[in-house]
Order: sequence, then C-alpha cells, then structure tokens
Amino acid sequence: MNGFVENYLIPGAIMVGQSLLVLVLLLVFIAYVLLADRKIWAAVQMRRGPNVVGAFGLFQSFADLLKFVLKEPVIPSGANKGIFLLAPLVTVTLALAGWAVIPFNFGWVIANLNVGVLYLLAISSLGVYGVIMGGWASNSKYPFLSSLRAAAQMVSYEVSIGFVIVTVLLCVGSLNLTDIVMSQQTGLGTKLGLPGSFLDWYWLALLPMFVIFFISALAETNRPPFDLVEAESELVAGFMSEYGSTPYMMFMLGEYASICLMSAMTTILFLGGWLPPVNVAPFTWVPGIVWFVLKGSLVFFMFSMVKAFVPRYRYDQLMRLGWKVFLPISLGMVVVVAVVLQTMGWAP
Amino acid sequence: MAEAQVRPFNINFGPEHPSAHGVLRLVLELDGEIVDRVDPHIGLLHRGTEKLIETKTYLQAVPYFDRLDYAAPMNQEHAFALAVEKMLEIEVPKRGQLIRVLFSEMGRLLSHILNVTTWAMDCGALTPPLWGFEEREKLMIFYERASGSRMHAAYFRPGGVHQDIPEQLVRDIGDFCDPYLRRLDDLDRLVTGNRIFKQRNVDIGVLTQEEAWKWGYSGVLIRGTGAAWDLRRSQPYECYSELEFDIPTGVHGDNYDRYLVRMAEMRESIRIMKQCVKRLLGTEKTGPVSYTDNKIVPPKRGEMKRSMEALIHHFKLYTEGYHVPAGEVYAAVEAPKGEFGVYLVADGSNKPYRCKIRAPGFAHLQSMDFLCRGHMLADVSAVLGSIDIVFGEVDR
Repeated sequence: MNGFVENYLIPGAIMVGQSLLVLVLLLVFIAYVLLADRKIWAAVQMRRGPNVVGAFGLFQSFADLLKFVLKEPVIPSGANKGIFLLAPLVTVTLALAGWAVIPFNFGWVIANLNVGVLYLLAISSLGVYGVIMGGWASNSKYPFLSSLRAAAQMVSYEVSIGFVIVTVLLCVGSLNLTDIVMSQQTGLGTKLGLPGSFLDWYWLALLPMFVIFFISALAETNRPPFDLVEAESELVAGFMSEYGSTPYMMFMLGEYASICLMSAMTTILFLGGWLPPVNVAPFTWVPGIVWFVLKGSLVFFMFSMVKAFVPRYRYDQLMRLGWKVFLPISLGMVVVVAVVLQTMGWAP
Repeated sequence: MAEAQVRPFNINFGPEHPSAHGVLRLVLELDGEIVDRVDPHIGLLHRGTEKLIETKTYLQAVPYFDRLDYAAPMNQEHAFALAVEKMLEIEVPKRGQLIRVLFSEMGRLLSHILNVTTWAMDCGALTPPLWGFEEREKLMIFYERASGSRMHAAYFRPGGVHQDIPEQLVRDIGDFCDPYLRRLDDLDRLVTGNRIFKQRNVDIGVLTQEEAWKWGYSGVLIRGTGAAWDLRRSQPYECYSELEFDIPTGVHGDNYDRYLVRMAEMRESIRIMKQCVKRLLGTEKTGPVSYTDNKIVPPKRGEMKRSMEALIHHFKLYTEGYHVPAGEVYAAVEAPKGEFGVYLVADGSNKPYRCKIRAPGFAHLQSMDFLCRGHMLADVSAVLGSIDIVFGEVDR
C-alpha cells in the first residue's frame, strides 16, 4: 500500500496541481491575448479598440466572459441537443489538452512525453471534430457548409504541418519537445561562428519550413486569410451561426487557446523555446519562461497582423495552396534535409 | 442503373446576411460550393417612392431622392432637379452649376469609397472599410456644412441649390483633395496589389460589352467592359463640358476591372473638384446660386422681412408650390452607380402626374444570375460587391 501512495498518488496529485496552475495562468493569459488581438487589429484600422472596461480596456475580456456566461443559451429546435452542446466542449478541451506537453522552461512541463510532438499533432488534428460536430448538430445550412469546409481545410493543412515537423525531427533526432529546444543550442549559428545565438535556432536553417509552418498554422486555427470556416461575408458566422452565450464563448476560447498553442509550438520548433537570443551575460540572467512568453507573443503578434491585412481565400484557392504548393515543397524539403544531414554527417 | 436524383442544395443568401448589402435576398442553388442558379428577390425595402411623389409638390419630392441611393444622396436630387428645370425651361446660374458639380463629384467619392472598401470586406479584408469611412466622414461633414444634413441633404433643388456655400467651405474642400489622393494611394497599397484580392476578383463575374449594352447597363459596369460611356461626356449636363476629366475604362469586364475603374474615377473626381474649387474661388466667386425668379425659387429670408411680394411668394411656394407646364421629360445624370434617370410627366398642376425613377442598381441586379453561375459561393459576395448595389434605389 505504501508503494501506491508514493508511486501513484503523490505524483498524481502533483500533476493535477500543476495542470490546474497551468490552466489558470493560461486562461488569464488568453484573456489578455484576446484583448491584444483586438487592440492590434484596432490600431491597424485606426480605431482605439476596447478602452472602457478598466484602464485601456484591460478588463474587457472578463466583462465579455461575464456577459456570455450570464446569457441564456439558445438551442435551435431542430438541433441535436447533445452534440450541439458537446461540440464547444470538445473544442475547448482539446485546445487546452495540448498544453500538457508544452515545456515552458527547462523541466517546466507537466508531462515530459517522449512522443510529445506526436501527441500535439494528434490533439490539434482532433480539434476539427468540435467544428464538424457543431456545424452538423446545428441542423442549419450555413453551419453545415462551414463544417464541410472545416473538414477539408484542416485535413489538408495537417498534412503539410506533418511534413514540416518531420524536417525538424530529422534535425533533432527526438520526438521530445524539451529535446527539440535543447538541440537548438547548437546549429547553423555555431557553424557560422556565432555559437549560442538566435542564428542557431531552426527558423534560419529551415526558413522555408518556418514560413510554411506559420501559414499552415494560420489555416489550422482558421485565422484569416484562411477563415473560410467562419467567413462572415459568405457563411454568416459559419459553424458558430446558431451558437450564443456560453457555448459560443467556449468556441472562442478554444480558438484562442489553439492559436496560443500553435504559437507555442512555433516557438518550440523554430524559435528556440526558452533559450535566450544570445547566450551572454544580460540575456542569460532573464529566466527562460520570459523568453518563451516573449517569443510566443511575437508569433501571436504576427498572427494578429495577418488578420488585419489580408482578404480571404476562396475555398478552391485554399485547397490548391495546400495540396499543390505547400505539400510538394514540404515533401521536397524533407528529402533535401535528409540528404544534406546524411551526406554532411550532421545527422544526430 | 439509373443515376440517383440529387436534390440541389438551396440556400437563402439574405435578407439577413452580413454581405447582402441591405435587404437583398438571393436564393442560391448550389452544387456543393458551385453556384448553379442565383435568384434575386427584391422588394423588402419598397417604400412606394414613385407613388408618394405623385402626391407631393415638386419641391416636396426632392428629399425622396436622397433616400434612394443613400450612399450618394445629392446625385439623385440632381436628376430630379434637372428634369424639373427642363420642363420649366430655366437655366441654373454658373456658380450654382459649379456647386452642383462639386457636390456631385463628392457624391461619387462617397459612393465609390464605400463600395471599394466594403467590397474588400466582402472578400474578407476587414481593414479597408475603416480607412474608407474616415474619409467618408469628412465628406459628410462638407455635406452638413452646405446643407445642414449629413445624408439627406435636399440641397439640389429645381432652379439651383438651396443656399450659397461660404468661402471657407470651398477652401476646406480644396484642402481635402490632396490628402484624399494620398488615402487612395494607401488603399492601393493595401488592396489593389494584394494577391489574394486579385485572385478573388480577376476573371470573376466577366461581363461582355455586348451583354452590358443589351441588359441596359451603365456606369462602371459598362465602362469596365471597355466602352467609354459616361453621360457627363456623351450628353453633357451642367457645366461638365467645360471641365477637364478623363473617362477610365476597363478591358476584361471582370470584377477587378470594375474595381480599377472605380479607383481611377475617384482620382478623376478629385480633378474635377479641384477645377470647381478654383473657379468658385476665382471667376465665380460671387453670384446667384439658383434661378432668380421668385415664382420658382423661394426668396431669401431677409427679403421676406422687407418685401410684401417676397412674403407672398414664400407663402405660395411653401403651400401650393409652383405649377409646371404639361408635358413629359427624361433627365439623367451619371450617378456613381450608373445612369440615374427621372422620367417626369406633368399635367400642368403643382404635382407631378407620374415620376418614374430609373435606378441603375435595379438593372444591374439582373446580372447576378449569369455573372455568378458556375462560380463558387464565395464569389457571390465578391460579384455583389462589384456591381455596387444599394437597396434604397433598387426597391425604391
């Protein structure tokens, strides 16, 4: 009985505690990410954005939360009630579940899985189910079209994201996310004579893949210019058309949680995770978590700027871009990277 | 084995749809995402304007025209004023004409900037409308300073314009021109060269010139196909024949050409406005702005305090109105959206016997079906944006 407590109960309790801590911090962070998104967007449009609730609108997201939670959820009479309510839950749960394997700093990870990347890939692929379920269960035409689009879109970009990740894995030789970050301590920068700098990270060595990953991440999270799933000028609000109050808020929460997850993934795969940009004195004093958050925010800033600039792709153009441009490039790069690593003897 | 009957996917695009431009209802027949048939249903904003005008005096009819194409109110009033003037056989003084042209071109800017930016929004770009509305706001303030109202101006009246405009307003409009051109350059950088915007619009909704003539199209739609047809040139009214401007035309007749034509037209409008401002501050600095006979144009307030005759004129004009000799007339202006015409039948009384309004949007909406057929669902909103529909004038 002693063994059970020591081996299972205590580590389990610690893990639950860690999860709760991460969840709470994450949700607060997402509240501000949402605000930042609106503020950045507003700035590009020469507006002020939310500025009434709290100083500079700092409590806007919490006010919105209250508003949504206190509203009455309306379920259309023709809807499949169970699935209709389950869909936002699926979305938000999956988007939050991904964070279990994200290392925020060296050793700061809830589950240090050896197949962390695979886990992330699986979780983010499952995200499409929330959309499909929501669109189908609404029993309405616009949401239905939207969920059809979602299925096609997410699957298409999943493929190229997969190949992008494969190239990174080829360079690392491990599926563990902590290993991926640690392997970026040496790399291209070291060979160029600048060891321990930001040039070591994979964004430079694998620049085309970095770009493809970023764009695919936009598509994966349904951000403009790939927001066909909720294209308001075509499909009203897409799969969310029939949703309101708390279920709607959960969709939005899930969406932003997965955007943050994608930003974190970009940071880990290409931007050296928690590593300081230059490995010298003032930078190394800053704790790794700060670098991690800063890099993640930078990626999110790019997400948000893209939203402000671009029009939306049409459905067939989106498909063409995914299958005829990104897939061949990423597939080709896998081969090129493998060959280079093998011939130069750099393979781990 | 007989092929299974597949029921087409019917979808109601509007009347409550974010890109239905008001209250348009399109019944779409879809094959997956491909559009098989577009059936526009109109009439949800029908207010019986034409019938109402029959029960109003000629002056009372003017404000109804603001409410047709509410994106460019004064251009509509212009057509009605021209029609009445033709019947009465009166001429507007030069300063009045210049003010009319100035405000008509401002109407063109109002309408086109609204159209190109919201059209970009129909294609998914959410920033341009906010940039465009900033400029629209400035224009509406000019409207307000001239007429007292931002939208429903009732400023162009049979005989001229309601009031003279102060010199400072003319100067401010002159100062507005160049910054506006810079804003157009900004929009060019944001939208015109954008690859996604091009992909969404080039070769979409192609209209041949022949079709355009047959269906009675005018304005940007026909110029987009390459015909340099512009009433300001082909049937000059007011003082357009004395002003220098070019008529931009397209080549392919697709969405993107219509966009480029609109952008170019705004630059031409600025050119016209600059000439008007120059003349309004120079040779035509003073002078009457409307026909001077008080049997048609009401006397000034000051005059009424002194002259009995003026008071009687005022009373008569605002109760009975003026009588228009029997006859019929058609007058048209090049409104931002195309040829906006008024066909007026007068029976010699103080009210029009019949007032038929020829709204360009009504004719253009017919093309939705053949412009969208075979394209995808997303193109419907792009095409709708490109033909520039405003429901006030379609439903009347």
